[in-house]
Amino acid sequence: MTFPVLSIIVFTPIVAGMILLLVPGQRKDLVRWIALAASVLALGLSLWVYLTYDRSVSGYQFIEKHAWIPTLGISYAVGVDGMNAPLVLLTGIVMFTGVLVSWGIDDRPREFFAFLFILATGVFGVFVGLDLFHLLFFYEIAVFPMYLLISIWGWPVTREYAAMKLTLYLFIGSVVALVGILAMYYASGLRTFDMQALEQAAFSPAFQRTWFPLVFFGFAVLGGIFPFHNWSPDGHVAAPTAVSMFHAGVLMKLGAYAALRAGIMLLPEGARFWSPLILGLATVNVVYGAFIAMVQTDFKYVIGFSSVSHMGLVMLGFGTLNRQGLTGAGLQMFSHGVMTALFFAVVGMVYDRAHTREISKLGGFSKAMPLVAIAFIVGGLVSMGMPGFSGFVAEFPIFLGLWRVQPIVAIVAALGIVITAAYIMRVIGRVFYGPMPAEFEGHIPPITRRDQVALVVLAGILILVGIQPGVMAPLIQSGADSILRLLGGA
Amino acid sequence: MTLPPYTPAMLGAILPELLLLILAGLVLVVDLTGRGRRSLGWFTAAGLAAILVATLYFGRPSADQGMVFGGMLRHDWPAFAFTVLFLFSAAITCLLSLDVPRVGTRGEYYTLLLVATLGMCLMAAASDLIMLYLAVETTSIPLYVLAGFLQQDEKSAESGMKYFLFGALTSAVMLYGFSLLYGVSGETNLYALVNTIRLGQVSPLFLGGVAVLILTGFGFKIAAVPFHFWTPDVYEGAPTPITAFISTASKAAGFAILVRFVLAFLPDVSTYWTGVLAAIATATMSLGNLLALAQTNIKRLLAYSSIAHAGYALIGLVVLTEFGAASLVFYLAAYVVTNLAAFTVVILFARSAGSERIADYAGLSRRSPGLALVMMVAMLSLAGMPPLAGFVAKVYVFAAAVEGGLVWLAIVGVLNSIVGLYYYLTVLKVVYLYRSEDEGKAIAVPRTYSLALLVCVAAIFVLGVASAPWLGWALRTAQSLFG
Repeated sequence: MTFPVLSIIVFTPIVAGMILLLVPGQRKDLVRWIALAASVLALGLSLWVYLTYDRSVSGYQFIEKHAWIPTLGISYAVGVDGMNAPLVLLTGIVMFTGVLVSWGIDDRPREFFAFLFILATGVFGVFVGLDLFHLLFFYEIAVFPMYLLISIWGWPVTREYAAMKLTLYLFIGSVVALVGILAMYYASGLRTFDMQALEQAAFSPAFQRTWFPLVFFGFAVLGGIFPFHNWSPDGHVAAPTAVSMFHAGVLMKLGAYAALRAGIMLLPEGARFWSPLILGLATVNVVYGAFIAMVQTDFKYVIGFSSVSHMGLVMLGFGTLNRQGLTGAGLQMFSHGVMTALFFAVVGMVYDRAHTREISKLGGFSKAMPLVAIAFIVGGLVSMGMPGFSGFVAEFPIFLGLWRVQPIVAIVAALGIVITAAYIMRVIGRVFYGPMPAEFEGHIPPITRRDQVALVVLAGILILVGIQPGVMAPLIQSGADSILRLLGGA
Repeated sequence: MTLPPYTPAMLGAILPELLLLILAGLVLVVDLTGRGRRSLGWFTAAGLAAILVATLYFGRPSADQGMVFGGMLRHDWPAFAFTVLFLFSAAITCLLSLDVPRVGTRGEYYTLLLVATLGMCLMAAASDLIMLYLAVETTSIPLYVLAGFLQQDEKSAESGMKYFLFGALTSAVMLYGFSLLYGVSGETNLYALVNTIRLGQVSPLFLGGVAVLILTGFGFKIAAVPFHFWTPDVYEGAPTPITAFISTASKAAGFAILVRFVLAFLPDVSTYWTGVLAAIATATMSLGNLLALAQTNIKRLLAYSSIAHAGYALIGLVVLTEFGAASLVFYLAAYVVTNLAAFTVVILFARSAGSERIADYAGLSRRSPGLALVMMVAMLSLAGMPPLAGFVAKVYVFAAAVEGGLVWLAIVGVLNSIVGLYYYLTVLKVVYLYRSEDEGKAIAVPRTYSLALLVCVAAIFVLGVASAPWLGWALRTAQSLFG
């Protein structure tokens, strides 16, 4: 038996969470160090998986499979391929940096980290799952802790509303997907939830067209697809920093990935039939999200809507159903995850010091916090798709793929990039440059060493992938190729 | 009619019932001696646990799962599985009763509880109309008394009275249905009369009418719409451990007879049953969930939620398939352990804080983090979140609906579970989010209650994560019902 590294990654956070609950609540520093240790372990193992994944042989590796509920053909099955290995790494990165920037949480940190880690286990579980039941099981584990994390530690003004809205939206999505999954289970006649077996099930085209929307859009709710994106900016804004990072950085990828894995890969004919709709809605995401981000006065809402816009690019990549588009979507999931985690970390650091997020009341922060400003600018350049940063590596293939299927969509969506540049420039100019309001002068303490580490790690990864796409692109391409085989080698 | 010859299998078949009767007698004797009244609850709970173990080891149905006592009882998997569920629920209820004032130290309280449990075990095994009716009454009458056990408390008296009136009426209607069945068939044995009716070409209209009469009685027991009106008032007024018992064991007992009855009539009636039961399931789920939204009292909220859960469980019956029946049994098991955990928290909170209002649960997460955590586990399991029992149970039930071709019913269930999630979350919101002035006051958790909580929470996780063996039991139960 091989070393069950994926299982260890999946269960490290939840075990750490349980240990945390046993620690006396007053020993807050002990709690934080345990959390950090667990996140370092998870990050280290996911990096190890990423680096030792054998790229010369594509397909699933590190596979573990155990019967779970054999009467129904349900198994605990995990494995990584080119598509999800980067996402596992992404989760490790966000978990690690999320713990670093949450050091200052003083209200019940024990429960905070415990819930955050339950969520992390759910996320890891979905990304590595090879069984539909397994996937859904962990999917819901990832969704629920959000409610508590936002409603207890969130921004007092909107947290109750935002938390409830988010949870209900996501739950609706997942139960709708559940019905679709059950339909697949029975229609296949295979009596198994094993996705690799179901890929070969050859569902009739009519069946695929009927059920694809339920599965795809059910999961895509969490990917923030228009018109089901409404929960996401509210949720982002109300959440505490680390949770926003997790939420925008990882959870939205969770929805997109599940939609890809259970929707497109299992019902390829349905995907082909519905792809015009996906392209259309995703274009709305990109352009409309960017416009709305443009007019926001709250710093965090700008980033929240930018996530809607950027997740639209992921969905566009899915909608192309070709090699470039899918590869770009995979890269964009990783790149946007790191970028948005960086953005929210920065927003959190600014807010903790200024106690406001009104863009008009901020200014000149580059002098007080130069590193934060640099990090934000790196993130901004990524989101504009500047060459040399990971955003370019991701967005370029998406547009390439789009051009091949729908040039008009490519042109319209490119508008979104222009607007993105505009709102990012506006935020950089207003918040980090210009005169600093008098009340902040001399009252802005420097960020801590831990915050610095988090920012440097996140920004460094964005630049690394940007100047050296070879560390990731071929891997994702191999993942995209196996999806294309299911789509009939288009 | 001659008496059937005695065989040892007959004793094995009624082993739990015999032991329950002995235990009830012992409790009365111990109570009379007047020593150690506080330990009565412990004694009863330990006795029930011992009976549970004995049943698990010696009470298993034999391979033929045949009738015993001249066709009065059927010693089969459904009887066995439900008996285990009842004994579990009764044992936990005893633990919960111990520290409830004016309840936990009374010998007759425990005796009544044991007799009601005895009745339930007979309900699960009864295969004869007369036995069935007697079993229902043996269960119901002690429960009426228990619901009104706090004579000085107006609400409890009201609860007992309401329960009694509704129960008496519905059981009379049910009895009328039984008498008509006897009239057309000349048989009282369920399986024999089904055969006679099948051969005799009875008019479907007549059978439909009889079914409505009988469903009234069963519907009351499981609190299905439109026979649910007693539920909130009875649940609110009864001593909370009894509420827990009625909402779990008694409901499961209702399902035990309902499932046996409906499935015995297969395949003749499938066309009616599907329509009628689907309508009842939809109404029960939807109404229970919608009315739960407006509740401010935790016991009433759980009452409406328990109505809704009867609706989800009914989905498993509507499809009339083997997997459907199995999913129903599993659903009940998951629901029983979860609801018991929820009620334990309610009892403990009422004991320390003296309130059952949801708003007063504010600050519970600071007053007692452990209790808040249990509340969260229970609420989330009821809402159907993994890795808890409620999630797999819901997946099974919805899977049964899809398998049976009733996708629309699965969608109704799915939509309902969203409504359910909303009100369970509002409870958690109060528990975790809101502050209160009483935050400094800790909530005492006696050892008995910790034990009950531990057992229930462990069961919730075990059913949720390692459901395979329990699903296997449920499937065997279903096979036996179809066999």
